[in-house]
Amino acid sequence: MRVALFIACYNDTLFPQTGIAVTHVLERLGHSVEFARQQTCCGQMHYNTGYHQEAVPLVRNFVKTFRDAEVVCVPSASCVAMMREHYSLIAEEEKDEIFADEVRTLLPRIFEFSELLVSRLGVEDVGAVFPHSVTYHPSCHSLRMLHIVDAPIKLLRSVRKLALLELPQKEQCCGFGGTFAVKNSDVSAAILASKDACVIESGAEVVTALDNSCLMQIYGGLHRSGANIRTMHLAEILASTGDGDEW
Amino acid sequence: MSGKAEKAPEFPIAARSALEDVELRRNVRRATDVIRSKRDLRVRELPDWEELRQAGKEIKAHTLAHLDHYLVEFERNCELAGGKVHWARNAEEANAIAISLVGQHAGIQSGVEVIKVKTMTSDEIQMNRALEAAGITPIETDLADMIVQLGNDAPSHIVVPALHKNRSQIRDIFRVKMNLPDLEDSPEVLTAAARKYLRERFLSVKIAISGANFAIAETGSVCIVESEGNGRMCITLPEVLICLVGIEKIIPTFRDLEVFLQTLPRSATGERMNPYNSLWTGITSGDGPRKFHVILLDNGRRGLIRNKRERETLSCIRCGACLNVCPVYRETGGHAYGSIYSGPIGAILSPQLQSLEHSQSLPFASTLCGACYEVCPVKIDIPEILIHLRGRIIRNSYKRLGATLSAENLVMQAASAVFRNHRRYEAAQRLARISQTLFKRNQHLVKLPGMAGAWTDSRDLRPIPRLSFRDWWKIRGKHK
Repeated sequence: MRVALFIACYNDTLFPQTGIAVTHVLERLGHSVEFARQQTCCGQMHYNTGYHQEAVPLVRNFVKTFRDAEVVCVPSASCVAMMREHYSLIAEEEKDEIFADEVRTLLPRIFEFSELLVSRLGVEDVGAVFPHSVTYHPSCHSLRMLHIVDAPIKLLRSVRKLALLELPQKEQCCGFGGTFAVKNSDVSAAILASKDACVIESGAEVVTALDNSCLMQIYGGLHRSGANIRTMHLAEILASTGDGDEW
Repeated sequence: MSGKAEKAPEFPIAARSALEDVELRRNVRRATDVIRSKRDLRVRELPDWEELRQAGKEIKAHTLAHLDHYLVEFERNCELAGGKVHWARNAEEANAIAISLVGQHAGIQSGVEVIKVKTMTSDEIQMNRALEAAGITPIETDLADMIVQLGNDAPSHIVVPALHKNRSQIRDIFRVKMNLPDLEDSPEVLTAAARKYLRERFLSVKIAISGANFAIAETGSVCIVESEGNGRMCITLPEVLICLVGIEKIIPTFRDLEVFLQTLPRSATGERMNPYNSLWTGITSGDGPRKFHVILLDNGRRGLIRNKRERETLSCIRCGACLNVCPVYRETGGHAYGSIYSGPIGAILSPQLQSLEHSQSLPFASTLCGACYEVCPVKIDIPEILIHLRGRIIRNSYKRLGATLSAENLVMQAASAVFRNHRRYEAAQRLARISQTLFKRNQHLVKLPGMAGAWTDSRDLRPIPRLSFRDWWKIRGKHK
């Protein structure tokens, strides 16, 4: 299958290893991966912060870039949630029939990374080896908007030498919330303190999720407090083949 | 809306002082944990929970779409049964009606007392302050409201107004206000003290003011659900009963109650059924109050009906489930919201009912985690309404500020311009990578300037790597 990557702006800039891992996993499974340089941002930050007009050109750029793709793979659940929850609404408000049509036909071809593997491609074992203890944080957007519950767990259970540990109160938000993290930074940090206490309690060496944004928040608090726990996007664990942590 | 909220600070500032109150946070955490696990237990045992939520949503949506019809039907049936309906457009009118009714029945004399039971709507319109100014003494009889009133405090939760207080704090209030210097803080002793204090008032006060959970158009009946029985006393013992009802409390038929009487108690307190479900229609000879008045209050509600998204807010049945699961509320408690309505529902209701400056910060007081929507028994899509209101607030900020935009406005506009074109975006990536070297320490960014500084106040950040994903892709393409 030809898989078009939408890497997400913050992954592209801050977490390039996630996109590299996604590429490795998909190619290992025999798919061809494409990356269109015209892509930038899905518009989520602007839209969720109330800058609805400013989000429109970004949404248009996304749709223009991906309208002809066979499937789009997005290693960021919150971006997929933005697309599924808001793109149709935005197109409707734009009163542009062609644009609305493009959105309608494109949306069913967009998949979050773990969704693509398990639901669309029917794969659970991607041949990964990862000799570490891992806990999984179900991010709010993956859990409550995309309703992704089992897919990442199935993928993690199939990784050789990986010990999957339960995260206490796993469904609690990490406190990131996009611009909330800076507009209400004190409350964001208070919520994070509870989450990080649970991460430490899990006893895992690595905490993983489907969103690097949450992991950036979780890591930010852990590192500040001196806790030696790594954060890795699910794709990075699935890309590992056991010869060290590198791939 | 009016009153104490006028001077309230914006949410991020109010939250800061709440976060410093360790005892308050511990009380809120403990109480919300208990209620939410009871709620989960009682919801899980219903196989048709999702159908009940959907039914509740549909009943409310239908009613709000035909609100005038059902309000008039309620008025007709209530008056046929011997009640009297009064219409109040705003807080001032509602308070004036209540004061005039008390005056009519008690005569103009000093020292008139009224007993009150769970009416958040009366807090919304600052009724106690208005009554006191008119020489009338309101006595709150719901246990938690009584604690709040005696402690000169403000409610912090929709269902459990004194949730922020623990037993020993309550004992301290009772010791002073009830003149019981040796009072212990066991639940039995505290309850007995409250009961004795309240019974005296139930038996002597002639006028009561209550709220309503539901007002039924078909029969003209009013319904109140509660746990203590103090509400039952308030609506049956006095000679005169005045019921303050927000216009969104109307439901069309008696049968509609079957949905809400299942979803409300389970969502609010984790009970299958409320211990006290009171339902009455007008007046009954030889039983209960001799006079029954209903004040139907608008106070900004009609403004929400025009917009379909905003209208959904009025479906709320005030169960408080969204507060108990909200990560923000759980850290700050209710006072930081500067409004009687706190938590996620407060963050959408208050700014729509009020045009006050501070309430415009409330829609931003959410991580959009969606836990509120997940538990809402009438399926109000609170995160979507929050985003809708954020949009309205940003649009208004453009209009108001004119030429002088805020720093945030400018940053967001610049970011939009950058993301519009991938070349500009790539240039911005390079620029950010170069500028960050000024702030790097031990391979991390620990103190960033401007708005990003709010991040590094409490969190470290890994610096931007040397190569972006697109750089990697490009290099890889050359070697392939």
